[in-house]
Amino acid sequence: MITTKGLTKVYRSRGREVTALDGVDLHVREGEVYGVIGQSGAGKSTLIRCVNLLERPSSGTVTVAGQDLTALAGRGQRAGAELRRARSRIGMVFQHFNLLSSRTVQANIELPLEILGVSGKERERKALELLDLVGLADKAKAYPGQLSGGQKQRVGIARALAGDPKVLLSDESTSALDPETTRSILQLLRDLNQQLGLTVLLITHEMDVVKTICDSAALMKGGRVVESGTVSELLATPGSELAAELFPVGGEPSGPDRTVVDVTFHGDAATQPVISQLSRTYNIDISILGAAMDTVCGKQVGRMRIELPGRFEENVVPIGFLREQGLQVDVADVQTPAPAAALLKEGAK
Amino acid sequence: MTWAEMQPLLRDACLDTLFMVWWSTVYAVLGGLPLGLLLVLTDRGGLLQNVAVNKVLGAILNLGRSLPFIILIVWLIPFSRMVVGTSIGPSAAVVALAIGAVPFFARLVETAVREVDHGLVEAVQSMGGGTWTLIFKVLLPQALPSLLAGLTTTVITLIGYSAMAGAVGGGGLGNLAITYGYQRREDALMNVTILLLIAIVTVVQIAGDLAVRRLASRGGRQAAPVGLRRLLPARPKPAAAGTAAVAAEPEPALDKAV
Repeated sequence: MITTKGLTKVYRSRGREVTALDGVDLHVREGEVYGVIGQSGAGKSTLIRCVNLLERPSSGTVTVAGQDLTALAGRGQRAGAELRRARSRIGMVFQHFNLLSSRTVQANIELPLEILGVSGKERERKALELLDLVGLADKAKAYPGQLSGGQKQRVGIARALAGDPKVLLSDESTSALDPETTRSILQLLRDLNQQLGLTVLLITHEMDVVKTICDSAALMKGGRVVESGTVSELLATPGSELAAELFPVGGEPSGPDRTVVDVTFHGDAATQPVISQLSRTYNIDISILGAAMDTVCGKQVGRMRIELPGRFEENVVPIGFLREQGLQVDVADVQTPAPAAALLKEGAK
Repeated sequence: MTWAEMQPLLRDACLDTLFMVWWSTVYAVLGGLPLGLLLVLTDRGGLLQNVAVNKVLGAILNLGRSLPFIILIVWLIPFSRMVVGTSIGPSAAVVALAIGAVPFFARLVETAVREVDHGLVEAVQSMGGGTWTLIFKVLLPQALPSLLAGLTTTVITLIGYSAMAGAVGGGGLGNLAITYGYQRREDALMNVTILLLIAIVTVVQIAGDLAVRRLASRGGRQAAPVGLRRLLPARPKPAAAGTAAVAAEPEPALDKAV
């Protein structure tokens, strides 16, 4: 649905060059929620602005719904009619809502329809329908200044949907909201994604946002995408930074001569309760040291750190069993705290 | 001088002043609004970026603003004669007043339009809005309160300038105060004139402030109370007259939809 190829953006000011995007290849499939995460200055804002060409990329192409937008851009600063038409089919939601304080909520939602040349009656019908969809049917005549942050963002979302877009871009849309409101806005985006088949590309610096609604994610650093893929693909990638951030596990072994392993469930694994099966089959006691798990569509996704009694050499067979179940098993690189503790005890005596 | 003698003089002077201020304001808006907008649009990073036009326009506006009005009005005598066919009287004064007020108002328009949040421009661009949409649906409506405040300032400045219209026989209250009040030592007339000028300026300022406040009030004066203010009883509505029972009623859940 959205494809960028070799997207590069270089800012030049007073002889200095700053590379905000450095050859970004991104592929967002139709109907998915795709999250781009990164710290401030990683280039994610520039990336999302390049998708609807609010920023002209220095090189590379952007294709949205099969249409090469970079070809429409032309040379001048101003957006031509074709590019403007293409933009009207891409909704965009902003961190600071960007609602016109001079217009009522309803008139704000009607604005994109005015641009499209829709008649007055039809505009009103559509605006009220959208307000109902985002749960603000009673606020049509209010001004944005009278709404709370979460309500403003709902209006922003309704406005972005007015032109019946197939794609929604969300530029840190929950970053100015409190955690509870963030959850409700993310839920709304998820619902819209499922009900309308809307493809959502969102950028955020909050891992929670990715965890809550994204099907796929990409990690940006210094203008490059360093990791990307669906959540289960990321989990299946050994040493994936995103997977580690999404499903952090911790915990130290309880004593010496223990084997600590990280088990990754990436959705394709058997849905049986593997841990208790392992325990019964080999008659061993297993401690769970830490876990970050989710069940998505009946499949378990996440990571778990477990402790098996005995050294690694004694546990080759149980670990083999786990691998047979389709799970990814890595021996965790943790030091047993035992020697230090033992020394302390010696000293105390 | 008796009141009966003063009355016709005052009436004519008042009408002359209002005539000059009204027409010069109309021309100031017609000229200053597009020029002020153009100044913002052609600036670096603007929608119609054009550094050459911007520099030239800025220089012309600065030139117009740097001339003292009394000099401008005398300098423009030949031009006034060309435009309105005469170099004396209120009509001739309007030419000079308008030309003096255009750069003044244009700079105020520039400031007002520049204040509009760039995020709004970006939002409307993302919906496919073009330059005209941005001007008429974003920049002007969003800047309207500031534009009205600027207009108020312009009108009051023009009332002051119109006093100098006497230099070209423009008439008006200022001229009356100079010719009768100062040169003929009619203290009573001088004082009445001053009171009238104060009254006119006050009325304009109050009207302007009211209009600005009305527009600004939709920008969130009635916003939901935040933080500690949430704990206080709601401000009593006129109908409720602030009875304790009403004030103590729990506030409707403002965030219920969120």
